[in-house]
Amino acid sequence: MFGKLTLAAIPWDEPIIMGTGAVVALGGLALLGLITYFGKWRYLWDEWITSVDHKKIGAMYFILGLVMLLRGFADAIMMRAQQAIANNDAAGYLPPHHYDQIFTAHGVIMIFFVATPFILGLMNVVVPLQLGARDVAFPFVNSLGFWLSVAGAVLVMLSMFVGDFAATGWVAYPPLSELGYSPSVGVDYYIWSLQISGLGTTLAGVNFIVTILRMRAPGMNLMKMPVFVWTSLITNILIVAVFPVLTATLALLTADRYLGMHFFTNELGGNAMMYINLIWVWGHPEVYILILPAFGAFSEIIATFSRKPLFGYTSMVYATSSIGILSFFVWLHHFFTMGSGANVNAFFGIMTSIISIPTGVKLFNWLFTMYRGRVRFHSATLWTIGFMVTFAVGGMTGVLLAVPGADFVLHNSLFLVAHFHNVIIGGVVFGCLAGMTFWFPKVFGFTLDEFWGKVAFWCWLIGYWLAFTPLYILGFKGMTRRMNHYDVPGWHPYLVVALVGACIIGAGILALLIQLVVSIRDREKNRDLTGDPWNARSLEWSTASPAPFYNFAHLPNITSLEQHWEDKEQGRAGVQVTGYEDIHMPRNTAAGAVIAAFGLVMSFALIWHMWGIALFGLAAMVATFIQRSYDRDIDYYVPASEVARIENARYALLKQSEKVA
Amino acid sequence: MSTALATNTHAAAHAAHDHSHSHDDGSKTVLGFWLYLMSDCLIFSCLFATFAVLAGNVADAPTGKQLFDLPYVAGETVLLLVSSFTFGLAMLNMHAGRQAQVIAWLGVTFLVGAGFIGMEVHEFAALIGEGAGPGRSAFLSAYFTLVGTHGLHVTAGLLWLAVMMHQTAKFGLDGIVRRRLSCLSLFWHFLDLIWICVFTFVYLRGAL
Repeated sequence: MFGKLTLAAIPWDEPIIMGTGAVVALGGLALLGLITYFGKWRYLWDEWITSVDHKKIGAMYFILGLVMLLRGFADAIMMRAQQAIANNDAAGYLPPHHYDQIFTAHGVIMIFFVATPFILGLMNVVVPLQLGARDVAFPFVNSLGFWLSVAGAVLVMLSMFVGDFAATGWVAYPPLSELGYSPSVGVDYYIWSLQISGLGTTLAGVNFIVTILRMRAPGMNLMKMPVFVWTSLITNILIVAVFPVLTATLALLTADRYLGMHFFTNELGGNAMMYINLIWVWGHPEVYILILPAFGAFSEIIATFSRKPLFGYTSMVYATSSIGILSFFVWLHHFFTMGSGANVNAFFGIMTSIISIPTGVKLFNWLFTMYRGRVRFHSATLWTIGFMVTFAVGGMTGVLLAVPGADFVLHNSLFLVAHFHNVIIGGVVFGCLAGMTFWFPKVFGFTLDEFWGKVAFWCWLIGYWLAFTPLYILGFKGMTRRMNHYDVPGWHPYLVVALVGACIIGAGILALLIQLVVSIRDREKNRDLTGDPWNARSLEWSTASPAPFYNFAHLPNITSLEQHWEDKEQGRAGVQVTGYEDIHMPRNTAAGAVIAAFGLVMSFALIWHMWGIALFGLAAMVATFIQRSYDRDIDYYVPASEVARIENARYALLKQSEKVA
Repeated sequence: MSTALATNTHAAAHAAHDHSHSHDDGSKTVLGFWLYLMSDCLIFSCLFATFAVLAGNVADAPTGKQLFDLPYVAGETVLLLVSSFTFGLAMLNMHAGRQAQVIAWLGVTFLVGAGFIGMEVHEFAALIGEGAGPGRSAFLSAYFTLVGTHGLHVTAGLLWLAVMMHQTAKFGLDGIVRRRLSCLSLFWHFLDLIWICVFTFVYLRGAL
């Protein structure tokens, strides 16, 4: 019944893991105890776990991302510490097998369970509001997708304490990831956590495409959509186009590992390079999936805080779309060393260089937006400027790597590691944190603390440069990635500097947490009564903060690209329009969380070869889904009187804020 | 076709409850389902690409030419095509509002589809019995996975068919049932299309 799972699967003899496990267990118990003590279970269940409100789901995605950021960062600091120690005679404190799991988990967590939840969270919060819609197209699917991501994250966390995680690197290349070389459950944890969260991401992709194409407010044609919505549309098209490839690729690896097939093995005709091609057909567009919404967030922020319309809106749209298309023609640059010949490498090298052109267009657009603007140096602006400087360098080192001849030298070196951290931290992370600062009041009704926001920014910026500039240099000096130990004394000082940089990033993360605590403590002081704390330009700022669960009492009519700005200019903003109607809203449902919970059971059972339990998990998922399809009571009407009550309260507050001003 | 379908279900949804303006609008679901189908199509594309790369890697195991029994596979093909036709009849009856006939034709579709699955399982069992199982060579891995994935889809379609027969009986041909039948119909015809590609690129090419 329990397959391969025995008590021996728990790594009793590894003090680091057992210590972490004890802390996590105690912390978890304390959290559960507090929830019980304050009697908040009902509240959590009704208001969050079963919620189909896109703003709450967005906030939960952010919480998931922040929690997993702590884990991913813990992995990072352990690696930096190991490399700062393990020079020459010193072996460091991490045995190789543990170290290999840590760099794998770090990559997997940061991409799938930090960056992806962050961008899905941003899109969830912002897209329907910017469209003037009341929810996404399929609210239940949205909830299901979120909880499937949570299930994936839980599996990755479990792998630390029950069994082990993959020790293969974050894309799990075969034949190393095949049964012959990775016989433990590590790769199986990897496979099933990505399959289940990947399913959630695909569902989100379908959901947002339909939302954007079908739920725009009357009058909003495609070229009147805010830039953030455009970047979200392209990102979701990419998601639907490439996540199935990831699903298929991992399924083939699963077939090799579970059914003894020979897709990627060394024996009986298997071809490992097939896997590497397929995984990068997903993997390269994936980096654009992550960066495009960040570009969108920067565009909104820089226009708002420069008090000018975004420069070159049309070119922004075309640049985003062409990045989306070009992202499919560059995957081979991840393995120029495969040896596919000069012509093939030249093609992919040139395509890779070309993709920097639309990105450059965007950078100039942001600069021209700031030019002659009245720039306010809010922390969101700082993140944006920090991004522009950092990302430009990351882009240039990317173009350097795009030259196949140079890549043969730098392949798998720390230069590469520095390059992708440069664009992911400088682009995706800065973008999501800027977006969080910018849109936080729209979800919670109060702004984040500025002081700690600025501390966090400077720590991240300085920490990033201190941590990764040495890695660029080490790459030139020939240090390869993922080394557990080295015997070149000349590398050591650089790695010590990198550790210091990582510690400063850690201070930045700490500042973010302090910022959240301080902001919640001072929420009355920072409350946003106007709904428009930044004097911003797009539709989401025309409704209250926090936005009511139905978003807009009247669906807006769109006549301008910057509707809210135009309304303010014409004196139409902040004027109460009475004559409310009943509003049609989806009902909360537990089905999403329940299906994901059974999915977790199924995946865990598959990892440990507990076939009976796995079958039960699958059957329970399907049965819950079918049962949901029989539920005819999935929506309701908010009576007009209730809408009037909420809106009257909001306009009373608005008047009060005008008096204060 | 997509527009026609979308409009049809749209109209149907509105006829059923004309008070619902923003939610439960069939056209959104059908668009979403098309997107899902395209993503599924990409899964099959990957499997076809993998098959194309690995088809020659027979590694001393039997080849397609030795294994494939074309008349048998032609029989499977006929079953699946007939099931698409009977599903079409069910949809025609749905548009005409004839509940009993819809259930009957869905039932026929179910039986023919189950026949297809039965034949496929028999074929797989025979291959494994001959010692040509999925673990024998990369070619056989790719073959079993591609054809088997299609088979799993058809099986899921059978489950969905059974549920829809029951829902048609229970709820009648209301907006939601029509919308779901439209999606299922898309799914079923999509699987037919995939099978045509399987028949052409796996069996016909393999047997030559």
